[in-house]
Order: sequence, then structure tokens, then C-alpha cells
Amino acid sequence: MPATSRSAAQIGEHAALQVRNLDFYYGHFKGLNAVNLDIARHRVTAFIGPSGCGKSTLLRTFNRMYDLYPGQRAEGEILFRGMNLLDKKQDVNLVRAKIGMVFQKPTPFPMTIYDNIAFGVRLYERFSKSEMDDRVEWALRKAALWEEVKDKLSQSGLSLSGGQQQRLCIARAVAVKPEIVLLDEPTSALDPISTAKVEELINELKSEYSIAIVTHNMQQAGRISDYTAFMYLGELIEFGPTSQLFVKPTVKHTEDYITGRFG
Amino acid sequence: MSTLEMSGMAVRRPLDVQAPQIDVFKRQDRLFHRLTLLFAVLVLAALAGILISLTIEALPTFRAFGAAFLWSDVWSVPDDRFGALISIYGTISTSLIALLIGVPVSFGIALFLTESCPVWLRRPLGTAIELLAGIPSIIYGIWGLFIFAPLFASHVQPWLQSLFGDLPLIGGLVAGPPIGVSILAAGIVLALMVIPFIASVMRDVFETVPPVLKESAYGVGCTTWEVVWNIVLPYTRVGVIGGIMLGLGRALGETMAVTFVIGNANRIATSLFSPGNSIASVLANEFGEADPGLHTSSLFALGLVLFVITFLVLGLSRWLVQRANARQGN
Repeated sequence: MPATSRSAAQIGEHAALQVRNLDFYYGHFKGLNAVNLDIARHRVTAFIGPSGCGKSTLLRTFNRMYDLYPGQRAEGEILFRGMNLLDKKQDVNLVRAKIGMVFQKPTPFPMTIYDNIAFGVRLYERFSKSEMDDRVEWALRKAALWEEVKDKLSQSGLSLSGGQQQRLCIARAVAVKPEIVLLDEPTSALDPISTAKVEELINELKSEYSIAIVTHNMQQAGRISDYTAFMYLGELIEFGPTSQLFVKPTVKHTEDYITGRFG
Repeated sequence: MSTLEMSGMAVRRPLDVQAPQIDVFKRQDRLFHRLTLLFAVLVLAALAGILISLTIEALPTFRAFGAAFLWSDVWSVPDDRFGALISIYGTISTSLIALLIGVPVSFGIALFLTESCPVWLRRPLGTAIELLAGIPSIIYGIWGLFIFAPLFASHVQPWLQSLFGDLPLIGGLVAGPPIGVSILAAGIVLALMVIPFIASVMRDVFETVPPVLKESAYGVGCTTWEVVWNIVLPYTRVGVIGGIMLGLGRALGETMAVTFVIGNANRIATSLFSPGNSIASVLANEFGEADPGLHTSSLFALGLVLFVITFLVLGLSRWLVQRANARQGN
């Protein structure tokens, strides 16, 4: 039986995001079914499960990215600072500034490295040149990229390597000082060394940000996350502290998946 | 040698093609290379041929008037004196008006089609715009002359005159008797003709922007306008500038529609509502009855000037692209 309605889906700590009875539809197809869970504050929550299980779909409801596509809709509640994000009256742009996202493939904007970072900041804050310089350096340092790019800030973001581009995207997401950072398979297009750097980065970022990460790589989930959610066919099957879920899963399905017997 | 060969078995690996066959492939490759080269050279030869023949035919004019041909506003067949200024002015001003109107409208159309148009409307609207591009220019010409120009004369110009007629600078732009056929009318008809080209190129290049790139921009909190202005346009600038230049190219050289509505008067006036002419309209009007000699030669010289203007426009677009690249740090 799916554990979605059980108290295991709620965490003891302070929650950054509370998902309640979330259903999601792609037209007539139901992509998520009654999902309940909390994203813990200043912790890393990982979403695992086979392709098509709805983990990316779930992540994309957190910043209402699905809004861009007609025919996609969500029902239920996602509470963020006491507000329901799914409320039609909610200002999506403001939500997205508070809940940043990094994608599977690096997506630097077609502008300089400096502007890639400054762009998002300019949307919501009026900074002097020196304040902006400080913010750009701060964000690039956060993403452990400053040393590599400080002498070429006026070069195109596209001139960086794939791993650097992805860290640039992370820097861009943290530059606007969000509360939550969503990572959608952020290392699946990267080589092992870049992957290690990004994982290290996630570990450092969690002291200031709440992080939700979708990953296909179970070892990665085990390495970096504090909580893990296992999803299957649009349902949340099991959710709990990573140590517990990987060592002693309570649902047979979860055990089969993490031991590689299916999926 | 491999053990297989030593064991004497007849094994055919893919690379073991026999020599005569390889020769055939090589010959085919060479033939194909030469054939395609020939096609490419054909284009260059045509270009050079046109340029050379234009220059040769235009030589008598440049010998007679020198470079002053370019800035003289005299075009007098009885006196055998010719200058290109008025036609150059007409060509450039009508094309500029066409772009001033056409580019923002096309941008809006492409933006609507790619970003906010309901799915069911996308195809019909896109097809309608492409159909607009297929209308022969002579039809735009008759429509402009018989429907648009009278409307212009009876409503638009009097209205604008009542609004701005007394203002110092703008008043001059709308002055003059309401004839209808004018530089502005030609510019607007041209705008209608270039919009389908620019809009469909813009739509096509906007669609090449990876959805995930747009999502990342939305992801930092951009509105649709901010995404289009800061991400989509810079990402597609080469294509967008290309589309605008395609439109400009068409506007500069458009003959039939312009000849119908520009008024064919050989003068430059400050008023946008006064008739004028363009290089293409002069060529269309006068080639038939031009006497051999300076008149014909001057028409060829006009053609050469149009050719050079088109070249300059192309060069300008290259320069714009390079400058935009430099600003983005490429």
C-alpha cells in the first residue's frame, strides 16, 4: 500500500514546503496521484524512481513551471510560507524568484558570464555597479566557480565547459537569494569530476538553502540527501530519512528498486 | 597477417572491398564534387556577369556626370541630364518606413504565435501569414492604388493635418494636397508586403530556442516579455537580423506595387504625403521608351546604384551581427 497518507511523509523538522493531496494532470492523463510530503528546511531532499514515475513532474509543480504549457494543471495544495503556491492569484514570477531551479542540461543565457548572474538579480533588485559586482562574486564563490572565471567575466557563458556551465547555472539560481533550490537531474549530463564538484556544492549550499533534487543515480541520492522520496507511477511510495530508506525500506517496492531488482 | 587469413578461410570484412569498386566510388565522389562546385560557381558567375554588364552600360553616364550623378536631383530627358538623388531618396525612405512599421508588427506576430497563441489558432494564423507572402506584388499595387490611396487622401491625411498641421516640424511632414499616392502610401504598402517574410522568419527562429532555456529564464522569475527580450531575441539575433534584411531586400527592390502607389513625381518634398519615385519605379516606368544613349545608360546606372545599396545593406547586417556577438562576449 502506498505510504502517501502515512505520517512518514511528514517530517519532524521545520518544513520549507508542504505538499498536500497534490494531483497533477497532463490533459486527461493523471501524472501525480495524491502526493503528500514535506521538504525540510536547510536539508537536501532527493526524489528517486524509474523514468516516468512523476518525480520531475512533482519538482516542476514547486515553481509552477507547468504553467507555461496549456493543458497541464495541478490540484491540491503546496504551502510555502503559509501561502498556497497553486493559488491562481499567486504571482508566479515572485514564486520563481524565491524558488530557483537548475535543469538537467546546463542552460547558460546567451550573454556574458557576469550578465548570466546579474540578469536575475536585476529583475528584482536595484543595485549600484559595485553592489552588483559584489553579488556576482558572492554567487560565483558560492558555486565554487569564482577562481575559474574571475578573469573572464565578460566572456560568453557558452564558452565554459559543461561542468562549469552547470555551476554557472547554480550560481545564477543562488544569486537571487531564493529560499529553495530545485535541481532536476543536475549532474546527468556531466562527467564524474564535474559531478563530484556539483555534489560537494549541494552539500555546502544546504546550510543556507532548502534543496530538492531529482536524480536517476541512487548512489548520488544516498551520498548527498538527508531525506529521500521514492516514487512510482505517479505515487509517492515511500518517504523518509535517507539513511533509513536505503538501509531498511519499509515498502517491498522500494527495496526492490534500490537493490536493483526492477526499474 | 591475421590468423583468419593464414587459416585460408574466405572471410569478407567490411573493409575488404575490392580495388576496382573503390575506384568507382572515388570517381563518383570526384564527379559529385565537381558537379556541385559547378553549381556554386554558376551563382558567382551570374553575380559577376550582372555586375560587369551593369557597370559597362552605366559607364557613359558616369563619364558624363561623374560621381555627381549620385547627388544631383535633376532628371530631365529633354535636356539629357540625369541624377539619381530623388530615386535614391524614394527607395531608401519607402524602405525605411516599411521597416519602421513592419519590424515591430512582425515581432509582435511572431511573439504571439510562439509564446501566447492558443494552440488551435497557431496553424491557421501561421498559414494565413504565409499566404500573405504568396500574393503577387501587382495585386498589392492595384489594391494600394484603388482602395488604399483614396482612403488615405480622403481620411488619413486630412485627419493628420488637423492634428499636426500647425506644428513646426511635424506639420511639414503631413503638408500638401491630398492626392493619396505618396512616399508614405508606398511605405505602408511595402510594410504589408514585408511583414509576412519577416514574421515567418522570426517565428521560425523563435521556435528554435530550446524550451529548457526559456524555462530557466522563467525559473529566475522573468515575465514572458523579459524572457523574449533578454533570452529569445539575443539567442536568435542572427536569424532575426537575417529576416529583417530579407524584408529590407524585398522592400528596396520592389517594383510593381511601389510604381502604382508612389505617384511617380520627380521631386523631393519634406511631406511624407507628397508623391515621389524610387529606383525601381523609375526603371519600370522609363525603360520601355528610353532612347539609346545617356537616358538608357542612366537607367543602368540607377540599377547599379540599387545593386550597391543592397550590398551595403548586407554588409550592415553582417556588422550588426558581429557587434552583437562581441557584446555577448563571443
